[in-house]
Amino acid sequence: MSMGPGVVEGYRKVAPVVTRDGGSVTINAGGIYYRQMNEAIRAAVADGTTHIVLDNVNGQRYIGTGVSAKGVKIDVHGTAGNDLAMFMDGPTIEVFGSAQDGVGNTMNAGKVIIHGDAGDVLGYGMRGGSVYVHGDVGYRVGIHMKAYENLVPIMVCGGKARDFFGEYMAGGILVLLGMNTQFAEQPLVGSFVGAGMHGGVIYLRGQVESWQCGKEVGITEATEEDMAALKPLLADYCETQGTDLAEVLSVPFTKLAPFSHRPYGKMYAPM
Amino acid sequence: MPVSFIQPEFKVKIDYDKCHKCGRCVQQCGWGVYNFNERPIPDDSKCRACHRCVTYCPAHCISIEKNQLAYRDNDNWSPAARKAIWRQAETGGVLLTSMGNPLPYTRIFDQLLLDACQVTNPSIDPLREPMELRTFIGHKPDSVGVEPDGQGGFRLAEGEGLQNNLTLNTPILFSPMSYGSVSLNVHKSLAMAAQRLGTFMNTGEGGLHADLYPYQDNVIVQVASGRFGVNQDFLNRGAGIEIKIGQGAKPGIGGHLPGEKINKEVSSTRMIPQGTDAISPAPHHDIYSIEDLRQLIYALKEASGYKPVGVKIAAVHNVAAIASGIVRAGADYIYLDGFKGGTGAAPQVIRDHIGIPIEIAIAVVDQRLRDEGIRNWASIIAAGSIRSSADVAKAIALGADAVAIGSASLMALGCHLCQSCHTGCCSWGITTQKPELTRRIDPEWGAEQLTNLVHAWSHELQEILGALGVNAIESLRGSRERLRSLGLDEQTNKILGVKPAGM
Repeated sequence: MSMGPGVVEGYRKVAPVVTRDGGSVTINAGGIYYRQMNEAIRAAVADGTTHIVLDNVNGQRYIGTGVSAKGVKIDVHGTAGNDLAMFMDGPTIEVFGSAQDGVGNTMNAGKVIIHGDAGDVLGYGMRGGSVYVHGDVGYRVGIHMKAYENLVPIMVCGGKARDFFGEYMAGGILVLLGMNTQFAEQPLVGSFVGAGMHGGVIYLRGQVESWQCGKEVGITEATEEDMAALKPLLADYCETQGTDLAEVLSVPFTKLAPFSHRPYGKMYAPM
Repeated sequence: MPVSFIQPEFKVKIDYDKCHKCGRCVQQCGWGVYNFNERPIPDDSKCRACHRCVTYCPAHCISIEKNQLAYRDNDNWSPAARKAIWRQAETGGVLLTSMGNPLPYTRIFDQLLLDACQVTNPSIDPLREPMELRTFIGHKPDSVGVEPDGQGGFRLAEGEGLQNNLTLNTPILFSPMSYGSVSLNVHKSLAMAAQRLGTFMNTGEGGLHADLYPYQDNVIVQVASGRFGVNQDFLNRGAGIEIKIGQGAKPGIGGHLPGEKINKEVSSTRMIPQGTDAISPAPHHDIYSIEDLRQLIYALKEASGYKPVGVKIAAVHNVAAIASGIVRAGADYIYLDGFKGGTGAAPQVIRDHIGIPIEIAIAVVDQRLRDEGIRNWASIIAAGSIRSSADVAKAIALGADAVAIGSASLMALGCHLCQSCHTGCCSWGITTQKPELTRRIDPEWGAEQLTNLVHAWSHELQEILGALGVNAIESLRGSRERLRSLGLDEQTNKILGVKPAGM
């Protein structure tokens, strides 16, 4: 990557080819720099387009970033780059492939469905909407997810996760299934699960050892009541991801919840 | 029942012969110092020396004195060091304090002197001649393209010249201070003053309250590690966006706004539940490198239609190299916060021992960016104890484009530097959310106080420029030749790029 302002080698800084078919717009993102590609997306949204198809995506960043619109569907064919759906407020993005880091960063509302794997720091500071990942995810997933009034963010990851899952979590629902994984030999989740957690809830399909978890979380088996609340969410996930709900529910879930909304309340001595 | 070893720091003296017995001191004190039993009876141990009672006593019969307890002389174990140990032995806690570093480190600004014209070049009278303070914050182009204007002259070619810069009528902004750490009336005062002055206030990490929307063209919105109050609407409203990496008072650590300060209004602005701690992680977990910072800068630009995006860091040892990376990452300005910068709450050990002076940071960052030929890519905003117009002039001569004032602006609203912001009981109604205290600041009055202060400093800056024989703040920027040092060592002079007085 060149470090001059806004210059990235290997991508052409030209408007992509856009074809319109009724209410649907197809953007050929092949070799196009993210800025021009995203301008085309925003222009389509501004025109009232409700279905946007991105073809030949290969790591372009910021797809759907800052897009505020209801009833808009964006299909991504290829690998979505970093900060997919950052600050997004409303649209649904479906990725037919994998996504990289920072999916749903500080996202407000909408839905992101990823049919492959995803990278690190997913859902950072996410305040609402949902992110469904089919496969494995990386480090610090669900970090500092928060909730406010009627906004409750939801993230479901179908594979396995690395360290710091749900770190600093302040709200929302974070679920890990451990099913669609490339890492059969690895544990369900890494270490420091829920470190610094002070709100929200984490559900793990299967077991976790207490040494894997942050000192701020309590570990219990999910109750029937918990599962009744979780089931519609899992059903929605299964429908979008083509996963078998009965198989998801065939293993008992573990619930992680924080002991306190104020984990560091007694740490200081005011002078 | 064990007693505390810590004795009161102050003595509250009341001249009862003069006292009206009106009880105003009881009502004014945010710390609960006074009991009223036919006359006010003070509890010295609660006094913070904030002078609210002194100021409002109609009889002028209250004085606050230092509790001059004798300790056996020991230069090594100061009374403050002993007090800290006793407090930690009582509590086991991290000592929490507020406002800027009070320790007697060298104050470099006070050892720098400005030049003036005498005989060989004329000074300028700013009262009768134009004196430009207007300042542009943002990326400046490497070159300027012009085209014939058809009348024998030239004009800027299309797309040339300054793009997406913030325009300041005077090179002074208000520092980021969050709603939550300060009251809404303080935020309103700052926003109104910024609009009247043609400069900017900064939300800090706490979101933008709806009452500030009318002033949004003079507001820089801040995105910090907790992402509190940050959504698309917030980014759309700001005139510029600032990524906060660090703060001079507490470099390298996060923040905890305690749950008891998260009332309904603060909760709605931060978009978090009431009563929950607002925890700002130490780093942004999407930034572990300059490349990651670039990713966030461009995410914010993408989301905001390419508004200017600045990056605020604490001045630390390797600040010049870090600044170079930040500028190369695409920041439109870099905000340097020196180690004497204020705070609403910080661990004492961090506040007092981490970071470097702002004077040094400005000089080394300006020099590094010049050496690399990228000084025009970003502006430098300097902060961290700017106490007067002289400090502003010296900071700009060292290489800053503008300065930001936090502590000074709070002093304009009544702050007496009692270093107790973290208690949430500020008698002056500044760093508190208690309604009976916050209503002490009328935003209209606050805006006038702030406007007066910045106007006064701006006039003084014009006087300084006139004495220097230049007619624009641009001509002082980075002009270290107009500075001399007094009593600084050779190495420091070299780092500052300043000659000693007499040379």
